[in-house]
Parts: sequence; structure tokens; C-alpha cells
Amino acid sequence: MPQSVPLAWYLLLSAILFTLGVAGFLFRRNLITMFMSIELMLNAVNLSFVAFSYRFKQVDGQIFTFFVMVVAAAEAAVGLAIILTVFKNRATLHVDEVASMKN
Amino acid sequence: MQHLWIIPALPLAGFLVNGLLGRRMPKAAINGVAIGSVTLAFLWVLKVVWNGGASPLEHYFDWIRVGDFVVGCDFVADHLTAVMLLVVTGVGLLIHIYAVGYMAEDGGYARFFAYLNLFMFFMLTLVLAANFLLMFVGWEGVGLSSYLLIGFWFQKPSATNAGNKAFIVNRIGDFGFTLAVLLVGINFGTLDFAKVFGSLGGWPAEHSVGTLTLAGLLLLLGAAGKSAQIPLYVWLPDAMEGPTPVSALIHAATMVTAGVYMVARCAPVYLKAPMAMEMVALVGLATAFFAATIGLAQNDIKKVFAYSTVSQLGYMFLGVGTGAFGAGIFHLVTHAFFKALLFLGAGSVIHGLGGEQDLRKMGGLRKKIPVTFWTLVCAAVSIAGVPPFAGFWSKDEILVAAYYHAPWMYWVAAATAAMTAFYVFRAIFLAFFGEYRGDAHPHESPVVMTLPLVALAALSLGGGYLPVPRWLAPLFPVAERHNNALAIISVAAGLAGILLAWVFYVARPGLADATARRLGWVYQMVLRKYYVDEIYSTAVVTPVVEGARAVLWESVDVEVIDASVNGIGARARGLGSVLRRIQSGYIRSYAAWILMGAVMALAALALAGGAK
Amino acid sequence: MTTILFVLFAAVAIVCGINVVVRKHPVESALALIGTMGSLSIIYLQLGAQFIAAAQVFVYAGAIMVLFTFVIMLVNAGAEEKPRGAWMARLAGGPLLVALLAILGFVVWRAFPRSEAVRFGGYTGGTAENVGRAIFTTYLLPFEITSLLVLIAIVGAVVLGYKELD
Repeated sequence: MPQSVPLAWYLLLSAILFTLGVAGFLFRRNLITMFMSIELMLNAVNLSFVAFSYRFKQVDGQIFTFFVMVVAAAEAAVGLAIILTVFKNRATLHVDEVASMKN
Repeated sequence: MQHLWIIPALPLAGFLVNGLLGRRMPKAAINGVAIGSVTLAFLWVLKVVWNGGASPLEHYFDWIRVGDFVVGCDFVADHLTAVMLLVVTGVGLLIHIYAVGYMAEDGGYARFFAYLNLFMFFMLTLVLAANFLLMFVGWEGVGLSSYLLIGFWFQKPSATNAGNKAFIVNRIGDFGFTLAVLLVGINFGTLDFAKVFGSLGGWPAEHSVGTLTLAGLLLLLGAAGKSAQIPLYVWLPDAMEGPTPVSALIHAATMVTAGVYMVARCAPVYLKAPMAMEMVALVGLATAFFAATIGLAQNDIKKVFAYSTVSQLGYMFLGVGTGAFGAGIFHLVTHAFFKALLFLGAGSVIHGLGGEQDLRKMGGLRKKIPVTFWTLVCAAVSIAGVPPFAGFWSKDEILVAAYYHAPWMYWVAAATAAMTAFYVFRAIFLAFFGEYRGDAHPHESPVVMTLPLVALAALSLGGGYLPVPRWLAPLFPVAERHNNALAIISVAAGLAGILLAWVFYVARPGLADATARRLGWVYQMVLRKYYVDEIYSTAVVTPVVEGARAVLWESVDVEVIDASVNGIGARARGLGSVLRRIQSGYIRSYAAWILMGAVMALAALALAGGAK
Repeated sequence: MTTILFVLFAAVAIVCGINVVVRKHPVESALALIGTMGSLSIIYLQLGAQFIAAAQVFVYAGAIMVLFTFVIMLVNAGAEEKPRGAWMARLAGGPLLVALLAILGFVVWRAFPRSEAVRFGGYTGGTAENVGRAIFTTYLLPFEITSLLVLIAIVGAVVLGYKELD
């Protein structure tokens, strides 16, 4: 059994997860689910960073991952608060209902 | 250096002072500035004449300099210029003095004198100019002043219409002048009179005649506009809407003579283009005859004299057209005297009657306004060609020249002379003899008005003895021809005219109206000036105006230009309304667009990176 | 060993990811997401990022996903209904996604030939000590700014959720 995995596979995994996240964002109607797809995309990117950190044998990639996580946390907090407000006002989480920016 | 520039500069200064500050100046100050500037200019002219009456070219500055083509601001004076200067400043001065009295009650007093000074400035520039372009500046400027002064009482629509008419008709003539200037500039490479006339000698006759004839004809067009000849004379009778001093100065003595001056100045050109010169003579003769017939029937005293001016200008053109340039200019001088006097006298009559201008409402005034009466009689005998007064000498020279050019012209001119005498004395008899037919209280004009009348009367009587032709002889050689028979015939024609007028209007007063009724439609046609204005209006004016409205305005401007400009706006709006659908409001659509953009960017990067 | 672990947990991650996208009920999607994050944490360990792996579990799976679950419960979100608008997404989404994956895969494959290989323990610089040193020296400024960011987020969240006491 080979003891090593080509780096490309990690990146490929990242790509697949990212694509899945985009698909979730495009095709789901529930606001919260769309938000979770965003989190999935962020995770994919994190994986990418860490892989490259290994590639160049530097810790900077991981630092970036750290910051991404912090930002994701802040974003989750605020975003969910917004979603709650939207729900309070419109009693729906259907994304197509919040289309008041139409035209 | 005679410092010729001072002559026009003085009236210009008068214009600026009276124009800008006149409203707040007392009348005495306005008079001082206006009359003072003209007086000083006149004195300077006298000084120039005393010094020989000529001056070499004075170059003040380069106006246009393009490669080899140079037009300078230059003045020059020769005897022709000197004669014109004397007439303009001298007669102009008398008229300025007269205007003090005539315009005394008018609200626009300062404006009037400012415009008058402005006119003097431009006229003097025209006369002193040493090249075509500067002359054109003066040419246009006097047209402008004429417009301003005709429409002086601008609250009257008839006055403003007359001003417009004068300016527009003049413009047509100016178009001809402009083309002529261009023609000269192209062919000679310069616009200086001296250079152009000097190089005429070196031109081979065959090749030059066509160009010079064309130039001569175009200049004639310009002169026809400015000097009210056929077909552009129609503005002059309407110009009588302006105050009488204006009619006297501009439309009798000076501005209208600019055309004659210009032809005389361009004599070298005309002498080399006989066909153009013949046209000048023909136009002059036709105008003289035609206008005289109209003058026979007019009832407004100023209109009679206006048509008389047109007719006399025709005489001047006849003179220069038959080669008698000196005679033409001589008649210009004497005409300035007696025509200005006729107008000023008419103004005095009108002033004394409180504004009445209709001859049918006058009569028996010779006892009530004697000074005006006697001075007008002086002018009348002069214009009728009675010897030994001024008009006889100048008219006789022209008639003689006409006879030796083509005898039939002499007979037409002689007939015109008879008509001239008739209509002038008709006016005199209607106004001053018989019973007074009006309602006003006739009174004599103040001294400030009658003094210029007396001065002009003296000139009208004795002006024939001014040695004008002899003085112009170096420029315009005079063929000494004396034919007593011709002189006797022309005098007889004039006396016959006077006699006929006496019969019709003094001896048998009802005869005139009876004859008018018997002549029926002929009389009507003459009274209505042969309907020329109406013909022009329907044949020229209405088509142009309607054409402009229908074609240029509605079709071109509105439908093409506006449509395309608005079309661009409409197109943009249309495009916008299509593109607006991207803003659907749906978040997922936006995400899809973003994704598409990202994919395209990635693809581009990948391809650019060389990955295949 | 590394390979097995990788393949296993990669598969888990992908399956959970698919579940996130596919499931009708939000709670099921949330649980699936937690699963993804957990697997990713193991993979981080393989890549020598110990601190990040731990942080992933604490922060992501432990805090953020709990928050998500709370909100789902609060909102009482049920199963989804039929879709309405957003024609563009449905029309072009599929092809675009395929294109995206293709391009990414293509680039990755070309840029990283099989030379580079990952071994567990191949990189040991991902310790908390290393990460901490880097954060507090080289990346101090971003660190402070992100602290500020978190503060703003807190304030924002409070403001948005504020209710007048009546």
C-alpha cells in the first residue's frame, strides 16, 4: 500500500466540495440551507490552503485558514441574525420571496 | 503723415461718450460732444485739404497676415477721398446742428446722437479705406447704423420693419460685394487698391476681361443695394420711417452715395470691363426714369423726396457708367446739398405742422413759414436744373456724357429731368401755395434748424461753381465737350416741368385730380409704386420664408436632426429596459451570473497560463 | 495507512457534502455538514495542521454548526416547497457547475503531476506553537483587525436581534 497520497487529490477534493457548495447555493430554496452551502464552500477553500501550506512547508497557509475561520464565525453570527429578522418580517425562508430588489 | 485716423476717430469717440454716458448727461453736454466731434473732424479735413488734399498710404497695423496675403488697417487720401470727406463732414455737421432742434423733444436724444456719430465713423472709414476689406467694414457699418437709425422709434412696428427691410436688402447687395472682394483677392493676391489697380496694366486683355467684368458686375450688385438702384431700391422709401435728419444725412447725402464712390474708386477695373460699365449706366438710367415716374404721384412729402433720391442716384450711376466719373461725383456733391436741404426743409415743414407729412393736408404755408419756403425753393430750382444753380452744372455734365455715349440715353435722361422738375415743384406748390387744408398750427422752426437750411440753400445755389471736376481731373480725365444745344434742351425740359406743375397745382387746382381719375388704373399703378413690393413679397419673400419653415424647419430639423438625437435617447432607453431584466431580485440568479463570470475568468486564466 | 485514511474520509466528506445539498429538511443538512467538517478535520491532521484540525472541530463543528441548529429550531423550518423564480439558476447552473469542476480539475491535474506526495508527518510545522508565533509576530495586524471584526459582528448581531422592552 503506498504510504503517500498525491497532493493533487487533496486539491481535487477541495474542488469537488466547492462545486457542491455552489450547487447547493444555486439549487436550494431555503435560506438557511443556502447559508450552509456557503460554509461548505469556505471549508473547501480552507482545505486548499492547508494543502498548499504542506506543499510549501510554510505555516502561512494555515494562518490564513485561521483567519478564514474567524471570519466565517463572524459572518455566521451576523448572517443568521439577518435571517432571523427576515423571517420575523416575512414569515418565510423561501429565497425567491425575498426578491424586493426586483428591477 | 496727415494723421488721417483722427478724422473717423473723433466721431467714434463721440459715439462712445454719448452712447455709454449720454443718459446722464445734460443736453448741452450731449450736443457739445456730438457736434463738437464732427466739427473737429471737419476742421481736420479742411487742414488736410489745405495741405494739398492728398496723403500717401498710412499703415496703422496689420489686420490679417496669412503667408503672403496681408491686409492692413490703412488709410489713404486722394482728391476723390478729399471731396467725399468734405461732403460727409461738412453736410454732416449742418445736419447735426439741425437735429439739435428737430429731436429736441425726443426721449432718445442721447441715443440718436450716438448713432449719428457712429454712422459718421463708419462712413469716414469707408471713404478713407485703402483696401477693399476695410472699405467693406465701413460699408457694413453704415448699413448697421442705417438700420439702427431707421428703426430709431422702435416702438413703432412700421419703423422696425423698415429697418429690417433696409438691412436685409442691403445684405443681398453685400453678398455681391463679398464675392467681388473674394474674386479680387484670389486673382490679385492682395486687396490694396493701389496694388490691384496698379497691376491691371500688366494683364493681357483677353484673359482678364472675363474676371474683371464679373468683379465689376458683383460690385455693381453691392452698389445697387447700398445706393438703392434697381432691383434693390425698395428699402429706401420705407427708410423714411426714420427721423428726418436721418433721411437727410444717410439716405440722401452720404450713405447712399457710397455705391457711387465705390464705382468711382474702382474706375480702373470698370474701364477695363466695358460690359460691366455699360450695365452700370443702364441700371442707373433705368432707375432714374423709373423712380421719377413713381415720384410723380406720391402724397407723402418724404416719399416724394425718397424716390427723387433714388432717381438722382440713378443719374450718378449714369454718369460714372458712361465714363464721366468726375461728373458723377460732381453730381454727388451738388445732390448732397440740395437733397439734404429738401429733406431738412421737409422736416421743418413737418415739425411746424406737428407731424403732418401728407401733401394733401398742407397748403398756403409760404406766408407762415417763410424761411423754410424760400430755402426749399432754392433746392427745388437747383434740382430742376435751372441755370446758373448747382444742379444745372452737374446734371448737364452727365447729360452731355450720356449723349456722347449713346444719344438715346440722353433723351431718356432729359425726360427724367422734366419729371424731376415736375414732382419737386408739385411738392412745393402743394405745400406752400393755395389754401391751407390741414388742422394744425403751422409755425416756423427755431434758428438752430433754419440756419443749416440757409447754409445749404447757399450751397445749392452757388455750389455749381465749386471746381470739383477740375480738381478730380488728375484722377478722372475730363473730355472738354460743350454742346450748347444739349444744355438748352435740358434746361427747357426742366422749365417745362416747372410750368406743368404750376398749371396743375396752382393755376387750375382741380385739374390734377381730374387727370388722375381719367388715367384710372395707370395712376393707381404708379401711386402703388408699380406693386414692386407686393411682387417681391410673393415672388421672393414668401417662398423663402415658407420654404424655410416647411423644409428646413419641419422636415430637416424636426424630423431628421431631432429624430436622430431623440432616437439615440430612445435606443438607450430601450436597451436599458432589456438589460434591466437581469436585476430579477432573485439571489440565485445573481449567484448564477457570478458563477458564470468566475468560470469564464478561470477559463481565461487557464488558457493564458498555457495549460492545454 | 495515509492513503486509506484519506480515501475513507474523503469519501465521507463528499457523501456528507452531497447530503447537505440534497436533503429536504434543514436539520438533516446541518448534520451532514457537521459530518463533512469532521472528516475534513482528520484530513487536516494528515496534512500536519494540528492546530487547525482542532480549531475546525471547536469552532466550526462545535460553535458555528450549533448556532445553525439553534436557528433552524428557532425558525421551525420545515421541508421545502416547489421552486418558483430564478430561471437563470436552474437553466445555466448545471452546465456551469460542470464547467467549473472541469476547469478546476484540469488545472490541478496539469499543475501538480504525481511528484508531490503527502505523508503523514511530512510537515510538522503546524503546531500550536508555530501558528501562535506566526500570528503574534508576522500577522499581528490582521489578527487585531479580525478581533475588531468579531466585535463588530457581535454588536451587529445584538442590534439585529434587539427587542424593545415594553
